[in-house]
Amino acid sequence: MSSGQRFEAAAARDDTVAEFDDHRRGLVGTLQHFLHTTPAAVPLIVLLVSIAVFGLLLGSKFFSPFALTLILQQVQIVGIVAAAQSLVILTAGIDLSVGAIAVLSSVVMGTFSFRYGLPVPVAIASGLLCGTLCGFFNGWLVARVKLPPFIVTLGMWQIVLAANFLYSANETIRSQDISANAPLLQFFGNKINLGGAIFTYGVIFMVVLVIGLAYVLRQTAWGRHVYAVGDDPEAAELSGVQVRKTLISVYMLSGLICAFAGWALIGRIGSVSPTSGQLLNIESITAVVIGGISLFGGRGSILGALFGALIVGVFTLGLRLLGADAQWTYLLIGVLIIAAVAVDQWIRKVAA
Amino acid sequence: MKRTLIAAAAALLASTSLGLAENISACLITKTDTNPFFVKMKEGATEKAQELGIDLKSFAGKIDGDHETQVQAIETCIADGAKGILLTASDTSSIVPAVLQAREAGLLVIALDTPLSPIDSADATFATDNFLAGELIGKWAAAALGDEAANAKIAMLDLAVSQPTVGVLRDQGFLKGFGVDLGDPNKWGDETDPRIVGNDVTAGNEEGGRRAMENLLAQEPFINVVYTINEPAAAGAYEALKAIGRENDVLIVSVDGGCPGVANVKDGVIGATSQQYPLLMAALGIEAIAAWAKDGTKPSPTPGKDFFDTGVALVTDKPADGVESIDTAKGKELCWG
Repeated sequence: MSSGQRFEAAAARDDTVAEFDDHRRGLVGTLQHFLHTTPAAVPLIVLLVSIAVFGLLLGSKFFSPFALTLILQQVQIVGIVAAAQSLVILTAGIDLSVGAIAVLSSVVMGTFSFRYGLPVPVAIASGLLCGTLCGFFNGWLVARVKLPPFIVTLGMWQIVLAANFLYSANETIRSQDISANAPLLQFFGNKINLGGAIFTYGVIFMVVLVIGLAYVLRQTAWGRHVYAVGDDPEAAELSGVQVRKTLISVYMLSGLICAFAGWALIGRIGSVSPTSGQLLNIESITAVVIGGISLFGGRGSILGALFGALIVGVFTLGLRLLGADAQWTYLLIGVLIIAAVAVDQWIRKVAA
Repeated sequence: MKRTLIAAAAALLASTSLGLAENISACLITKTDTNPFFVKMKEGATEKAQELGIDLKSFAGKIDGDHETQVQAIETCIADGAKGILLTASDTSSIVPAVLQAREAGLLVIALDTPLSPIDSADATFATDNFLAGELIGKWAAAALGDEAANAKIAMLDLAVSQPTVGVLRDQGFLKGFGVDLGDPNKWGDETDPRIVGNDVTAGNEEGGRRAMENLLAQEPFINVVYTINEPAAAGAYEALKAIGRENDVLIVSVDGGCPGVANVKDGVIGATSQQYPLLMAALGIEAIAAWAKDGTKPSPTPGKDFFDTGVALVTDKPADGVESIDTAKGKELCWG
């Protein structure tokens, strides 16, 4: 009894100390602490502010269900690939081969249907398998052979891209042929119209994927292991995480998601085009960085990557509607990237 | 031991240089070897080279704009003792010193498809008249619309913000053919005609074409004429129009004449396209190098132009009065890629 009372007294004293501490932390400190615990907050705020600013400048032209959902359609591919990129970056890696894997997967889906005449679902499954296999090679080289992810995926990017051009002979499969003979390939291009707001299946897939991954990363053992591996692989190993298995699974999942992005790409552009998606790796890294995910691994929310992709989309469409030269978009995105990393560094100081 | 090695090496050198003296060798340097246009160019050159017994080596940049690789390729060709180079330059002015170096070494340099700047840096230029290609589709679009041309709402889907010459020539040619005042004909985007809704860039692929079309539709939903830099961009623009259900009341015109593009003209996706002939371009180039190696004759340009015009034809199934055209059946025979 008496010990309990003493505990309570101690707790009460601790409370005042904590309050005192809080007081000294001040407004900026509280903000820093809040941002540290909620990594997706910064990109969300930037996104909402930029929508508001462009809405004020452009009025109903921008602030319409049509234009706002158009942004979703324009970022869907980058958004899906950014989800894959986020997973890899959370393990303190980087994946330069994402775009190439997406395009090769879409080419596999197209050629398997049209060149070999396989049933479309089989062709799609083959495309998804192709992406997963590319991811497996990445993961195996990173986890087993212990090569740096940058080098592995730099090589894989070239290999996959060259394989794509050699295999496809750079032939485009036309949209009209696909919709006549293999409409399932354009599945993600189907759309739902809600009073002017147009949601393609690809957009819905992107949102569901990101929310699903956010849940898995936060709530499952595998998800926590991904963060642990990215934060400190040795500590993770010592506390019983199977680091190599986790890494390989992350790269495989990333490859699979890229293959889905390739499928969604067919829905978006209608045709199977081996030359599309060339800049997806850079665009996805941009989205991830603007989304506040640390390139050093182990920190950030996958929701941030979606917000990052949307910020780029809002700036691109908003500036075009304002009639600005396209170069201004690139310039502002450059500023955003540097600002995002600067904010990240500042938030990290809270831990020290 | 050492002496025998040196002797063997000398014998080897002598035999290779002898081998070179017997054969005429030539180089083809393209922007990339992924774009079907250049793939077809390479095919045309290879076929002609085999026919004439010329030893052809092909080089290409990794991506469009890869200047370093092209300079290296020119240096390799000089070292190799080639008689001539066929070049589609990525960077038309920076490549000039390397080209002059090759010409001083006695090589015939022919610019294919893309003129160097200045154009006389190469011995000759074999190219499509891109301005004429644009003009043909412009005239066709104006004729197809008839009186409605005066109220047209035009979207211009261009290549890149850096305004490479091929993109500017096609764009400005189209506008002249349509009857729009050009302003400065050396750049696009400075026109004041209210019929032009806007310019956007596509990078010449489906994805860029769709995005650019969506951006312009967000500005003006009732666009009814779409100029596109090439057929992949046109296919992307069509998808954007289809998404809002306007694909049937918009006229899309394009340039290139690739096989998927011609098929799209047949299916009514593209109204008309100006077809160019990369196979012919490359074959003529190889013939010119053979003639140069034989007796030192240089090819001469088409009268009235500063380059050799390899021809362009309008492909459409809806011929318009006053604009010469071929139908898609003929276009399919002549198409590439």
